[in-house]
Parts: sequence; structure tokens; C-alpha cells
Amino acid sequence: MTLWLVFALMTAAAIFVVLWPLGRRAGARPGGSDLAVYRDQLDEIARDRAGGLIGEAEAEAARVEVSRRLLAAADAAAEHAPAPGGTVRRRAAAVMAFIVVPAVGVAFYASFGAPHLPDMPRAARQAPALANQSIDGLVAQVEAHLARKPEDGRGWEVLAPVYLRLGRLEEAVKARQNALRLLGSTPDREASLGEAITAAQNGVVTEQARAAFARALAREPKHDVARYYMGLAAEQEGKREEAARIWRGLVAEAQANSPWALFLRQALARVDPSGAAAMSEPSGPSAEDVAAAALLKPEDRDAMVRGMVERLAERLKNDGSDVDGWVRLVRAHLVLGEREKAQAAAGAARRALEGDAEKVRRLDEAVKGLGLEG
Amino acid sequence: MIAEIGHYALVLALGIALIQSVLPIWGVRTRDDALMAVAGPAALAQALFVAVSFAALTWCYVVSDFSVVNVFENSHSAKPLVYRITGVWGNHEGSMLLWVLILALFGALVGLFGRNLPRTLRANVLAAQSWIAAAFYLFILVTSNPFLRIAEAPLEGRDLNPLLQDIGLAVHPPLLYLGYVGFSISFSFAVAALIDGRIDAAWARWVRPWTLAAWMFLTLGIAMGSYWAYYELGWGGWWFWDPVENASLMPWLAGTALLHSAVVMEKRNALKVWTVLLAILTFSLSLLGTFLVRSGVLTSVHSFATDPTRGVFILMILVLFIGGALALYAWRAPMLKQGGLFAPISREGALVFNNLFLTTACATVFIGTLYPLALESLTAEKISVGAPFFNLTFGPLFAILLLAVPFGPLLAWKRGDLVGVAQRLLAAFAGALVAAAAVVAAQGGGPVLAPFAIGLAVFVMIGALVDLAERTALFRVPLAAAVARARGLPRAAYGTAVAHFSLGLVLLGIVGETQWNTERIVSLKPGATVSLAGYEVAFDGMVPRQGPNYRELAARFTVRRDGVVLGELAPSKRTFTARGTSTSEAALLTRGFSQVYVSLGDPNADGSIAVRLYHKPLVLLIWIGSVVMVLGGALSLSDRRLRVGAPKPARPKAGLQPAE
Repeated sequence: MTLWLVFALMTAAAIFVVLWPLGRRAGARPGGSDLAVYRDQLDEIARDRAGGLIGEAEAEAARVEVSRRLLAAADAAAEHAPAPGGTVRRRAAAVMAFIVVPAVGVAFYASFGAPHLPDMPRAARQAPALANQSIDGLVAQVEAHLARKPEDGRGWEVLAPVYLRLGRLEEAVKARQNALRLLGSTPDREASLGEAITAAQNGVVTEQARAAFARALAREPKHDVARYYMGLAAEQEGKREEAARIWRGLVAEAQANSPWALFLRQALARVDPSGAAAMSEPSGPSAEDVAAAALLKPEDRDAMVRGMVERLAERLKNDGSDVDGWVRLVRAHLVLGEREKAQAAAGAARRALEGDAEKVRRLDEAVKGLGLEG
Repeated sequence: MIAEIGHYALVLALGIALIQSVLPIWGVRTRDDALMAVAGPAALAQALFVAVSFAALTWCYVVSDFSVVNVFENSHSAKPLVYRITGVWGNHEGSMLLWVLILALFGALVGLFGRNLPRTLRANVLAAQSWIAAAFYLFILVTSNPFLRIAEAPLEGRDLNPLLQDIGLAVHPPLLYLGYVGFSISFSFAVAALIDGRIDAAWARWVRPWTLAAWMFLTLGIAMGSYWAYYELGWGGWWFWDPVENASLMPWLAGTALLHSAVVMEKRNALKVWTVLLAILTFSLSLLGTFLVRSGVLTSVHSFATDPTRGVFILMILVLFIGGALALYAWRAPMLKQGGLFAPISREGALVFNNLFLTTACATVFIGTLYPLALESLTAEKISVGAPFFNLTFGPLFAILLLAVPFGPLLAWKRGDLVGVAQRLLAAFAGALVAAAAVVAAQGGGPVLAPFAIGLAVFVMIGALVDLAERTALFRVPLAAAVARARGLPRAAYGTAVAHFSLGLVLLGIVGETQWNTERIVSLKPGATVSLAGYEVAFDGMVPRQGPNYRELAARFTVRRDGVVLGELAPSKRTFTARGTSTSEAALLTRGFSQVYVSLGDPNADGSIAVRLYHKPLVLLIWIGSVVMVLGGALSLSDRRLRVGAPKPARPKAGLQPAE
């Protein structure tokens, strides 16, 4: 409401500016003429002569010249006397001001303005961002803090799991590396780094990730997470027995019925179906519970993954040469339960990578590994 | 709400501008004082509303209101306050708003201080000024609106181009715009004179100071831009004959010509038609510069926005105003009365000579800048017209002009005595010869051009001093009398001498920088030392540093001469996190008028880093000279006397010629 009041006042002021001179009496209006300028010039010549800056002959010549102009100007001034009357004309001008100013104001402001939007200065927006727990907002704040103080290891440590959840995997790895470098090595930090690297490599435990897990285990041989991933590494290398052995040990130590135990049992079932069944509990928690435990809010997570998938698909549409990106897209569709889309993405990937036999081969391998028909 | 108020204020300014462009002219036609009187208050109100609009946008930048698209796209909350403010005009939309703010301000100044102008002239001038303003308000609102909003405001902005995050942005654009836009007043006066079909004494009295003020700002703006490019771009160059630089040089050349012809107009009532044409051309060239920079025709640091609709819109404004003004000129100029007469050898003649050379120089720059663009758009063939072209065309023209500079002020009005003047300039000739000989002796070989150029510079400088000595009759009358005459000398005379003297200074700087410049590009490891023109520069190592919104890697150098430490230099490479871009910050060590210039290249794998080192003798004189030139202008501007060129009385036989 205030805004409209201000607009109304501004418009009124603008109209008044035009009306005011129209209404004033004729004598009040200032204005000079040529005559004054020439008279001043004559005075100037006299002063210069008195000061000795010009000679008498020059002064006289200048005086003659200026006087000639003065006479001509006096004749011209008579022709330019103001015309009398014109009340109708002035009224027309006033009406014009009344119409043009608001009309222009409404026409342009209505097309481009956004009167319903409040001001949003950044300082005022910090508090609501916290209250709403908007993840983007919190991340932006921590990032801003770290841009100022990149040596704050704790900040990196806080940020890393959030990145992981948001699917910003490369950044998660960097954050983990920074935390490790700044705060020193602990088994947990090493294992977290390995986990981030694995996630960034589409779930493949690379040599670099494995080295991190190995460092964690060297310090704490019983480290659960590190052992789980060592098992995964073994599975990916085709050493199913070794994987089964490691995971069996973990299941035995895990609290029965915990999501962690169930998760391990599912992993174990991949490499050793019989052994896993033997260790299973009939009343175990459902798969949904696992998901809920691993990630706090499923609908949040799905929305986040969908956003990530869309961005990825968009990027690949522009640059289709990134085979890892394609694999990640296919995987993401599968995770979201969109099998058809996954297949469509695999098809699109093949078209995009056509002509690069090496990349097509890698794609096919990965797609097969995901259980999707090639 | 603040952003919306700013937006609405801009819309209202357009409304008022439309009224102001019609009513005063109607008043002049019908000789109705009341309608003419609308112009003054309307001009003031326009300035007020645009100022509100500009203040609102600035506020949005200061508090980082990212719901404004323009702020989101060009600011960042971590930027220091000063760059948040300068960021307002560090982008296309905001800089256009600054442009119209200055335009409206100049209009308001005419409204405020133009009370002693004849009423019809004032009404016509303000109406013409308002046409320009209305066109640009329309342009801003329709194609480059800085007040558009985003409903879902992002939390962080995209930051300003790091090259622009420099104090130079606070100085260079506002000064340049004051210059560009200041010429709009001369333009409006010219159009007003053409509409009226007559030029009166008040016209000349008014145009010269406005032109002078605009010219001073433009000179400073160009000089500051040049210095900024010199230290920020990291190549040690101060003028690249880049089209954008040329776009600012052309109005400067035309404006300088206008300045001189306006003197003839004011003092002798001659050269009227030509002055009107120059006033139109000068502002037209300013508009052309705006078009070149903003249409996307060029790409450089200056081209923020490449949006074809904007280009087309500005092109339309260009065609409308330049075409319209020139058509008006063709139609009405013959009606203007011819002014006083003068002989070819006279002060007026010298100023015509000056105008001829300045406009020709301007034409060569125009061709060199636009020909490649036209060729590319017509035939898609890319040619590059660079320094060699300009050095061969612009250089000689300016050399001849400089040679003539000392003669001008010594010639008498109406009819002068060239031989007499040459005799009085003997001291300057002698000084020039001595200087040239000294240079030959000192450099023994070396650049051939240097002795001539130095001689010319010394000639111009001594010539300016001779002018003062002549006016005060120094050495001819007793010292006390000369001092008394010096006190009585109008400040305008000092202004002329100082401005002409500064031309010599600038030339000295240019010669020093171009002829004796030493450059070394080396790859250095910490601990290494390079010698550069007698200096030893030791690389001590790299230090990381943290700025408000960037990180930088600074390299420490110690500069010595004959073992004596002269100072430390710390050029750096900055990385701006928000945009992921980096800039190179050069470091400068000043010794007298010369500078040692160090800037960093890329680090190599083996721990060494590429370093560019320059020794630039006398380089500072280029900018000091420009500032002195502006001081000369200020001296002349502060002289509010009326100017009358007292002519020598005619002798019986006189080969007089009409003025135009």
C-alpha cells in the first residue's frame, strides 16, 4: 500500500512541475538577452584598456565592432516581444501534462515493474534461510565463509557430507581432502575421503580410494566403513570370496536388526546368497527403512537427485562426449526406478558417442554392469 | 520497494522528458513565455527523478539485493563496499543509467544557471536536450532495464568482472561520461541555433565554457582509462589504437577543434556555421562511441553486453540524432548570418588551421576504426588496422599541428605578422635544436625519430613560455612592470599557455616510452636476478595472500641500482572464486617520471614463473601532461570575463576574406 502512495505522490510532483510555470505571472519569468552580453563586453573592453592589456587603437576597433552588434541586437529584440493571450494554449498544455505523465507512468511501469516483490537485501535474508533449513542457503553461507577463510578445516568437514547428498561429488572429494589436510589424518577422515572418491567415481573403488581406506585400516584395523569398502573393492575385482569374508565379519559384529546390518546383509547376498540368507533375521527392517536411515528425508533426496539428473542430462545434451557422465545418468535413472528412461539414456549415449569405439565399449560394459540390457 | 521506486522514477523522468521536448518548442513557435518557462523546472525535475532512480539502484547494490537481476548478475556480497558502488556502472544497464543521469544533470545545470540566456534560446536548448534524454530513457526502459526483478532471488550474485574490480572503475567511466555527455549541451545549443535560424552573442558566450568543461572531463577520462589499462592489463601498453579507445579519441579531437573555433566565435563573432557543425559532429562522435561499445560490434573489456536489439535501438537513435541534426544543418545553416572578417595570417587563421588538422586527424581515426568494421560486415573479410596505419597518418598530421601550436597564440586577431612571430619564437627554435642535439649525443645512434620528436616537444613547451613572456613584455620592460602585467593577465591566457605547454609534456612521455622502452620476458626461479636498463631486479619468492573476495599469489621482487635497494615490488595473480576467473596485477616502481613495471605470467612446472619486466622512461609524463592540460582548461574556465578579441585597426590595404 505504501508503495502505491509513494507512486501517487511522485506522479503528482511530476505533474506539478509542469503546471507550476504555466500558472505563474508573466513578469516572474527570468530571461536575459543579447543586449546585456554586448553591454558587458563594452565594459570589459574599457576595463582591459584601463589595465593596459590592449592598446588604445585596438580598444577603439573592438568598441566599434561590439557597438555595431549591439545596435543590430536591439533591433532584433523588438521582433521577439512575447505574444499576448494564449490562455487556451496554456490550458491545453496543462491537460497534456495531466494525461501524458500518468499515461507514460502506467504504460511503462505496468509492462516492466514488479510492485508485488519486496526488497530482498542480503542481510535480511540470512536469518530466514537458517529458519527454513534451505540446504542451498546453508551451503552458500558455508561456502562464503570458506571463501574468506579457506583454512578452516571444520568448515570443510561440515560441508563435505552435504555436497555428497547434493550430488556435488567432485566438490565433496575436495572438501574431504581439505579437511584431511587441515585437521590431520584420522581413520574416520581417511575413510570418508575414500567414500567420497568412490561416490565420485560412480561407485567404483579406485586405487586412490583404496589407498585412503588402507590408511584408515592401518590406524584402526576394525574400522567398519573402511572394511566395507575394502569388501566392495574385492567384489569389483571379482574376488567374491574375499568380499564375502570381510562382510560376513562385519555382519557378525554389527548390532542385529540395525539398518547397517541389513545393508551389509544385502551386500553379502550379492556375493554369497546362501551365507547371507543364513544370517538374515525374519523380522528385519524393510529396504525403505534403510534408505530412510541412510538419507534423512526420502522425498528431499529424490527431488535432489531429480534436479541433479536434469542438470546432467542438460549438460550431456550440449556435450555428449563425456562417457562417465552418461553412465552416471543411466545409473541415476535406475536409482529413481525409471527403467525406460535409463534405457533411453543408454540409447542416446550410444548415438552421442558413435565413432569413438573405446568410449562405446566402456559404456556398454558399464550398462551391462548395471543390469540393463545393452 | 526501493528498487520499484527507482524504476518508477525513471519512468516518470521519461514522461517529463516527453513534455519537455514539446511544450518549450511550442512556446517558441507561438512566442508564449509560459510554455517556454516549463523547460527549466522540467529539466530540474528530470534530473531529480533520474537521481532518485540512480540512488535506488546504488542502494540495491550496496545491500546486495539479488532480487534485482542487474545486481545478481554483476555483484557479489563479499565485494568491498567501494566496488559494490562502482559496480553500479560496471555493467551495461547501470552505466546507461549513469549516462542519462549525467545527461539530465547537464540539462538541470542549464535550467539553473541559464537564467541570463535569452528565453527562446534556453527553451530550444532544453527541448533539444530533452529529445536526447527521452530517446535514452526509452532505450534503457525497453532494452536495458536495470530494475527488472527475480521473484526467487538467488542467495549470491555472479560477481563483477575482476578486471573491473579496481579503483579505476570509480574514476574512468564517470569522467568519460561527463565528457561524452557534456558535449550534448554543445549539440543542443547547435540544434537550438539552427531551429531559431540565428546565433546570438549569448550563444557563443555559453557554448565555449560548456564545451571546455566537457573537454576537460573527457581528457581526464581518457587519460585515466589509459593509465588503468596500463597497470591493469599487464602488458605495459597505454594506448592500443583499439576501436573503443578510438571511439573516445574521435570526440576528443572534434571537441578540441570545437573548443578552438568557439574561441573565434566568442571573441570575433566569426566561424559560426563551422562551429555549429563541429558541435553537432562532436556529440555525434560521442554517440557513435556509445554505439560501438554497446552494440556488440566490438569485443573488448568495454563490451559488457552483446544484444542485437540494443545495437539496433542505438543505431536508430544514432541515425535519428545525427541524421536529423545534419539535415537541420543543411536546411538552416545558410540562414545564419556570416560573422567578422579576417586575413589568412591571423589568430583566426591559425585557429582555422588548427581545426583543419584536428578534423583531418579525427577523420583518419574514423576511417581506421570504421573501415575494418564496415568491410567485415559487408564482405566478411577481416582486416586489422593497427598502430602502423595510425602512426603513418595520425602521427605526421599531429606533428605538423604541434609545430604550429606556438605560432597561434602569438598571432594578432584579424591580421597577424608571421615573420614577426617567427622572430619571437627564435628562443624556442634554439631550445629545440639544443635538445635534439643533446639527444643525438646522449643516445649515439639509437632511434632516429627520438631527436626530432624531443626537439618538437621542447619547441612546443618553450613556445608556450614565449607566449607568456611576450604578453607580460618580460625582458622588454623592467621586471616590476612585467610582474604587474603578469598579474593583470587574464587567467584564460595562462590557461592557453599551460594547456599548450602540456602538449609538449605528453609528447616527451610518448617519445620516452616508445623510443627508449626496455622490455624483458624471462622465466625466473626464486633467488634469480635480472638486469633491466641499469636496474637489478631480484626475485625473492612467492607468497600467497587472501583478499576480501579473491586469493592471490604475490611474487616479491627487490629492485636495486648499483647495489642500493630502491624498493620492493609485489606483482600478483589473483583468483576470484565467484567467477572462477583470475587477473594479473602489475607492480610499478616510480623513479622520477620513469617506471619499472613488473607483471607475472604463468607459473611453470619446475617452480619458475614467467615474468615480464619493462623499464619505461618518462612514461608518467603522458598522464601528468594530460592532467596539466586539464589544469590549463580549468584556468581558462575559471576566467569568467567576457571575451572580446580586440582586432588591430585596419590599414588601408587589407586582403580580407569572409569568415567561412
